[in-house]
Amino acid sequence: MLQDQDRIFTNLYGMHDRTLDGAKKRGHWDGTAKIIQNGRDWIIDQMKASGLRGRGGAGFPTGLKWSFMPKESDGRPSYLVVNADESEPGTCKDREIMRNDPHTLIEGCLIASFAMQANACYIYIRGEYIREKEALQAAIDEAYDAGLLGKNAAGSGWDFDLYLHHGAGAYICGEETALIESLEGKKGMPRMKPPFPAGAGLYGCPTTVNNVESIAVVPTILRRGPEWFAGFGRQNNAGTKLFAISGHVNNPCVVEEAMSISFEELIEKHCGGIRGGWDNLKAVIPGGSSVPCVRGENMRDAIMDFDYLRGELGSGLGTAAVIVMDQSTDIIKAIWRLSKFYKHESCGQCTPCREGTGWMMRVMDRLVKGEADEEEIDMLWDVTKQVEGHTICALGDAAAWPIQGLIRNFRDEIEDRIKAQKSGKMSAVAAE
Amino acid sequence: MLRRLHQDQPESFAFTPDNLAWAEAQMTKYPAGRQASAVIPLLWRAQEQEGWLTRPAIEGVAEMLGMPYMRVLEVASFYFMFQLQPVGSVAHVQICGTTSCMICGAEDLIAVCKDMIAPKAHQVSEDGKFSWEEVECLGACTNAPMAQIGKDYYEDLTEDSLRDLLTRLGKGEVPQVGPQNGRFASEPKSGITSLTEYVNASIKLNASAQLADDIGDTVKRIDGTEVPLRAPWGNASEKTTAGEPAEGAKPAAPAPSKTKAAEALKPAPQAKPESDGENVGTKPEALDAPKGGEADDLKRIKGIGPKLEKLCNALGFYHFDQIAAWTEDEVAWVDANLEGFKGRVTRDAWVSQAKTLASGGETEFSSRVKKGDVYE
Repeated sequence: MLQDQDRIFTNLYGMHDRTLDGAKKRGHWDGTAKIIQNGRDWIIDQMKASGLRGRGGAGFPTGLKWSFMPKESDGRPSYLVVNADESEPGTCKDREIMRNDPHTLIEGCLIASFAMQANACYIYIRGEYIREKEALQAAIDEAYDAGLLGKNAAGSGWDFDLYLHHGAGAYICGEETALIESLEGKKGMPRMKPPFPAGAGLYGCPTTVNNVESIAVVPTILRRGPEWFAGFGRQNNAGTKLFAISGHVNNPCVVEEAMSISFEELIEKHCGGIRGGWDNLKAVIPGGSSVPCVRGENMRDAIMDFDYLRGELGSGLGTAAVIVMDQSTDIIKAIWRLSKFYKHESCGQCTPCREGTGWMMRVMDRLVKGEADEEEIDMLWDVTKQVEGHTICALGDAAAWPIQGLIRNFRDEIEDRIKAQKSGKMSAVAAE
Repeated sequence: MLRRLHQDQPESFAFTPDNLAWAEAQMTKYPAGRQASAVIPLLWRAQEQEGWLTRPAIEGVAEMLGMPYMRVLEVASFYFMFQLQPVGSVAHVQICGTTSCMICGAEDLIAVCKDMIAPKAHQVSEDGKFSWEEVECLGACTNAPMAQIGKDYYEDLTEDSLRDLLTRLGKGEVPQVGPQNGRFASEPKSGITSLTEYVNASIKLNASAQLADDIGDTVKRIDGTEVPLRAPWGNASEKTTAGEPAEGAKPAAPAPSKTKAAEALKPAPQAKPESDGENVGTKPEALDAPKGGEADDLKRIKGIGPKLEKLCNALGFYHFDQIAAWTEDEVAWVDANLEGFKGRVTRDAWVSQAKTLASGGETEFSSRVKKGDVYE
C-alpha cells in the first residue's frame, strides 16, 4: 500500500488546514520559483521522464502533449486550459482536489503555463460544482494576495493570470474542443481536428487542455523528481492515481493509490470489501461510464492500470472511477441508464450519435423489460459498431462501448430475460 | 433535446447593483473583444437572482456582451442547468439519477419527490415552494445517492433523510449540507485508511459544507451582497490580451501588427472600467431633467433599447438634438461610458440618426417603432 509520505494529495478529504498556510505546511509552493528558473525544456523533459499519462481518461503522455506547443510565439499568445468539467459518471476525484487541496492545482497551473509559455490560464469547472468553484476561487484570491499569481508570479519572473470559468451542465464540454467552444461563449459542440488545439485552440491561439489531476500532480513530481513518480506502477503506467470507488462496496471513497494496485487490494484496504463478500460481486465498470463493464470473477485479480485493463480485460482505466455492482444489480438496467445518459448528453452535431444514442437507448429499454427478439441483440451490436468511430468526438464511441461490454459479458442474461418474458406471455396465453 | 422559452415571461430584467458589478468584473477575465466568453457566468448569475432564466434576462445579457439575442438563446437552451421555466420559490431539487446513484437508491429519492413535490419533473408543487427534476451525474458518486438543492449537495441520502430535508426546507430552515450519514467528505465512512497524520480535529466540516455554513446562501436568491466582490486578476496577461485577434477574425488569422495591438489596448476592459472611461474624450453637456419635462423617445434610434434609453437618461441625455450635436470627442466619451454597451454610439451611428429625428424626419427604423412593431 502507498505510504502517506508518498501521497501527493495530502489534504484529499479536507481534514487538514485548507488555506494557503496549510498548503505550505504540507510542502506545496515550496521552491516554485526555482523550478521555473530551470527553464521550459527542463520541465518538459522531467515530465516526460516521470511517465505521467493524462488523468482525464485517454491516458496520453502529459509531457509529450506539452511539447506540441509552439516554442516560439508567432505573435499569438498561448493558453493553458484546465479541464475541470468532471462529468463522467462515476468520477468524483477532481472535486476533492479543487475544494480541499486547491493549491496543488494552482501551483501546477503556474508551472505548466510557464512550460508552454502561457501567461494566462483558464480553469473550466463544471457548473454544478458551485461550492467547489467558490473554494477554488478563494484559494486563487489568496494566491494573488500572496504574490504567487499575477506579475512576477511567486518571484519566478513569469507574469501569470489564472482565471476560473464555469460551465452550465453539459457533459460534452469535457471534450477538449467542445470545452474551448464553450469557453468562447458558444454551444459546446466539438470541433473537427485538425487543427489541433496546440495549433489553433482557444480564440484561435495555441492551447493545451489538461485534466485537473494531471496538472495538480506536476509540482510534486518536479520537487521529488521523475524517478520517484515513475517508481510507482508498472512500466508505462507510472505514478500514483486518485481512485473513486462507488456502488456496492462497504465503504465507497476517493483515495490516492499507486498505479497497478490490484483490484482486490484496493477494495479490501480502502473500501471494506465488496458488499456481501466477493462471491456477491457481479460486475465492475473500472474507469467511468465510457469503458465496457467487466464480469466480477475476472475483476478480482485485475491490475488497475491502463495497459492491463485494456489489454487483458477489453475495458480501460479511464478516469479510474470504479463502479462496483453486486448480484442484486439489474446489470441490463444499469447499462440502460448509461445509454439514457449519452442520449441526454449528445450535442446533436453528428447524425450517427444524435440518432444512434436515442435508438440504442430505446432498444436497451426493451431489453430491460425483455420485450425483444434474440436477433435484436445482434442488431444492437451492429448499430453500436456503426456509431463507434463515425463521429467528430468520442461521445459516440463512449455511448457504444458500455453496450458492447454488456453484450460481450452478459449476453446470457439478456437472452434469459427475453426467454422468460416470452414464455411468461405464452403460459399466460395458454392459461386463458 | 427541445427546450423552449416559457410562455409567460416577466416584463423586464435588471441585475441588482451588486450583481451588475460582479458581472462586469467577470467580463474582464477575457481578452478585449472576447466578452462573449462571459455568457454562461452572466446567465447563471441572472438565474441565481431570479430563480429561472427569463427572456428579458437573456436579452439583457446579450446587450451587455454585444451578442445577438439568438446566440445567447442558443447557449441558454443548450446547457441544461439553465431553467427555462419557473421553479419552486424555496428550491429546485435535482436528484442525480445516473448509474452510481441509481444502483444506490436514486429511484427511491425520485419517488419521494413525486410524492412530496409534484408527479412530474419541472412541475411546481401545489404550495409553490418546490420543483424537482432528475439530472445526469453530478460528480459525487462515492457519496451516492445524492441531490443538489439550491447551491448545495446533500449526499449519502436515504428516502427518510430526503423527506426530512424537504420538510425542513419547506419550513424555512436550512439543513446542514454535505453527507447526511455523518461522513465528513468522501473518505471511507468507517474511518480513514490513509492520510491519518493530516487531521486537524478542529475542522468540523468539509470545504463545501463550510462555505455553505459561512455564507448561508444555500437556497437564497443571490443579489450579490453575499460575499465581497474580488477581481485580483488581469494585470499579468494584459500584454497578451492586447495581441488577440479581433472578434470575427478567422481562428488562425495572423496576429495583428503592433500598431493595431496598441489601438486594441485602448478600450481594453480593466477591473475598474470607470477609470479608463473618464480619460477618453470630453463629456457632452448633460441635463438634469428633460426640457419641458418631457423626453424624446430615444428608442426610435436604432440601437437604443429600453435599457440603453434608461442609461442615456441617467447620464443626462433626453433629446435627439442633444445627441445630434455631439462632436467626435464627445461621442468618444459616451462610447467609453456606456457601461455594458461600450462603443454603441459609433457602431449604430446614433448621431446621424438623431440628426434626422431632431429635424422632424423619420428613419426606416423609427417609423417601425412608431407603428409599435418593435417595442411593446
